[in-house]
Amino acid sequence: MAISQAATQHAATLDTPRSGPWDGGNEPFKASYGKLMMWFFLLSDAFTFAAFLTTYGLIRHRHAAFDAASGKAFEFSSAYWPVPDKVFNSFPGLHGMDLPLAFVALMTMILIFSSVTMVLAVEAGHRMDKKDVQKWLLWTILFGATFLASQAWEWTHFITGTDEGTRMADGTIFHGANLTMNQYGPVLFADLFFFITGFHGMHVFSGVCFLVWIFIATTNGTFEKRGHYEMVEKIGLYWHFVDLVWVFVFTFFYLV
Amino acid sequence: MAANLPTHSNVQGGIGATEPGLEHDEHLHHDEHHEHHEQNFLEKYVFSTDHKVIAKQFLITGIFWAILGGTLSSLFRLQLGWPEATFEWLSPFLGKWIEAGKLNPEFYLALVTMHGTIMVFFVLTAGLSGTFSNFLIPLQIGARDMASGFMNMLSYWFFFLSSVIMFVSLFIETGPAAAGWTIYPPLSALPQAIPGSGMGQTLWLVSMALFIVSQLLGGVNYITTVINLRTRGMSMSKLPLTIWSFFLTAILGLLSFPVLFSAALLLIFDRSFGTSFFLSDIYIAGQALHNVGGSPVLFQHLFWFLGHPEVYIVIMPAMGMVSEILATNARKPIFGYRAMIGSLLGISLLSFIVWAHHMFVTGMNPFLGSVFMFLTLIIAVPSAVKTFNWLATLWRGNIRFTTAMLFSIGFVSLFISGGLTGIILGNAALDIQMHNTYFVVAHFHLVMGSSAFFGLWAGVYHWFPKMFGRHMDEKLGYVHFWLTFIGVYLVFLPMHYVGIAGFPRRYYAWTGFDMFSQFADLNKFISLAAILAFFAQFIFIFNFFYSIFRGRKSSQNPWNSTTLEWTAPIEPGHGNWPGEIPAVYRWPYDYSKPGAVEDFIPQNVPFSKTQSSNLPYERDME
Repeated sequence: MAISQAATQHAATLDTPRSGPWDGGNEPFKASYGKLMMWFFLLSDAFTFAAFLTTYGLIRHRHAAFDAASGKAFEFSSAYWPVPDKVFNSFPGLHGMDLPLAFVALMTMILIFSSVTMVLAVEAGHRMDKKDVQKWLLWTILFGATFLASQAWEWTHFITGTDEGTRMADGTIFHGANLTMNQYGPVLFADLFFFITGFHGMHVFSGVCFLVWIFIATTNGTFEKRGHYEMVEKIGLYWHFVDLVWVFVFTFFYLV
Repeated sequence: MAANLPTHSNVQGGIGATEPGLEHDEHLHHDEHHEHHEQNFLEKYVFSTDHKVIAKQFLITGIFWAILGGTLSSLFRLQLGWPEATFEWLSPFLGKWIEAGKLNPEFYLALVTMHGTIMVFFVLTAGLSGTFSNFLIPLQIGARDMASGFMNMLSYWFFFLSSVIMFVSLFIETGPAAAGWTIYPPLSALPQAIPGSGMGQTLWLVSMALFIVSQLLGGVNYITTVINLRTRGMSMSKLPLTIWSFFLTAILGLLSFPVLFSAALLLIFDRSFGTSFFLSDIYIAGQALHNVGGSPVLFQHLFWFLGHPEVYIVIMPAMGMVSEILATNARKPIFGYRAMIGSLLGISLLSFIVWAHHMFVTGMNPFLGSVFMFLTLIIAVPSAVKTFNWLATLWRGNIRFTTAMLFSIGFVSLFISGGLTGIILGNAALDIQMHNTYFVVAHFHLVMGSSAFFGLWAGVYHWFPKMFGRHMDEKLGYVHFWLTFIGVYLVFLPMHYVGIAGFPRRYYAWTGFDMFSQFADLNKFISLAAILAFFAQFIFIFNFFYSIFRGRKSSQNPWNSTTLEWTAPIEPGHGNWPGEIPAVYRWPYDYSKPGAVEDFIPQNVPFSKTQSSNLPYERDME
């Protein structure tokens, strides 16, 4: 009944065109062009990341995995792909302790919290509550920046390496990793780590820059004058996307 | 010619008054603002946000690139046709690339590479969909402009910057990129391998990264514009096929170019920062490289994930425009409108899952090869649907042979000729024989290169009156068409024979192989035809630029077309329609409708004005 009513409501007559959601003259997804553009950009960006993660998968597949069933204790070797638990097992200030994935778990938590605060900022924007928008944006910026700082520490640690280092093919001891040498295993492990977490980190960095920009705009009352906080929503979409990508990066590099 | 125009404006006025829908048309106010604002030269012609000006910028930049790309092909055809000749006379032009009268073999590779890059990306992607998506989307869907005029402007300027960098790379000491337009590593990754893999390749990658940014900015704009800014009544099933093709082309670009971006970025790291993504176990010039573990085949997968959709990015806009021009000039509705949309959708979907048919001989698993072969051959189905529909549209039509119509028919001819060999090449077993021969070159030059060019020319001749308010000269157009059409076949038909005989692509000369000497004449013939066909393009270029200023003045709807762009003033201002945007009541192909007063009914004419021709279900709407 309701359906047929809706149909007659939108139906065309000899002098009026149809007026359903897809019949032109309105926004079929009930989203402004700006929001749609952000969605499509993110779709496109998802393909960029997908290409990188595919690269990761294929290259990892080309390398032997560590055979835990052999009974031998794991040690770093370029003969097989390293076990993430053994590579990422340190925590700032707790030198020498074996804490597999503890730090990256904390980083991930921080990023997920930043998504929560972002949601709250968007929600405050719907209520046109400038104070709350400012508050939650500030928290998001803080969490985002903390994530970046943690990543900087993680990278520094990865580059510096362990106290013992690993004996390379030419007989020298090498500590840490760069784009051509890697104490933890095959050089491509380090290449991919730097490249993919770096590319993601750049996204987070630009996200923080956008957040600072909309925080300033909120403070100046730009959005209040405009009558809506849609820009906060758009940046929010971007921010959630970057978080989501991290979940995949985290899964591939640290969990599997 | 434009006898029915007064009725149009009546219709528009009458409807606008009773329809409250336009009140929330923010672009209307936007437009009024512009009309009062005095624009200076820079704002109007250089940093313009008007989609029509941006389209012309894309077109003229594309023409520049096409001349350059054609010149490069003439140069290497000279070498191929007359391998024993001396080219001293080219040294004022090519400088040190002519050594003792001979063309430098490495520069030959650079010529081939740049010809491919320029034609595929700068002419047939940016020049084609950049021009016509920009020009036609707002005008045909009834919008004031693109969703974001500013991003649209940025899209052109990123393309311009990318063009400048690619152009500069032609003039550097070590020469432009020379690893082929597909830039396969390890050749493209190692400057030790070939001079073109030095600075030239770096500039190529930087230029392409900017190009991809330009595509992205343009693409999100085209898509959101089609979704959000259609005028009242312009449902998706009333869109002209041009818009469907631009819309799907933009989606393909949006999803495939980012993967090329990934590949380019990884390659930049391999080249400049010592990573090993695509490199492994390489021994060059007596030295072992440190790179281990990477895979050059991985690059090919990433590249062709873009590369294959890219050929549809090139051909689909041409398909859309040809459908439109054929229907208009056959004075018949397009045959199978919904099948045309369905086949475009089918092609778009399939284009993403066939990329590895470019890689049958890479050592890929043969089972995978047969899966890709199967999917590839399925593309013949939607392609055949389109082809038969075009032919059925022409069937017993009241055909007007305008220049645009000739080029559209030429397009169909080339698409069939080139498409048939695609069935051969799509077959993995046959491809092993044909791979990397001139058969492949002949195939894709017909099916996507020349066809897309014919679509481009058809579009320019057809919409020139809308762009510049004048007509291009028909007689010069005919001469241009016949020289080009015959020229293209004279070049590419013999090339199939050469390819079947086993001539490999990208070779500098075949004089070293006795088995090929019997084809020397044929090669000379191909070169002659190619150079003549190239020179025939100057007729077009003269016609184009001369007609901008001196062409015959156009009327508002010179082709008696049904689509909305012809309801706008002859030379629309920024905002396209001075008053309200017309609403749309009917599909875009009401040509020769039985009972109608004229042989066309524009989309903005309501059914109440066409009682005599309304079909039973249309009468029922009362």
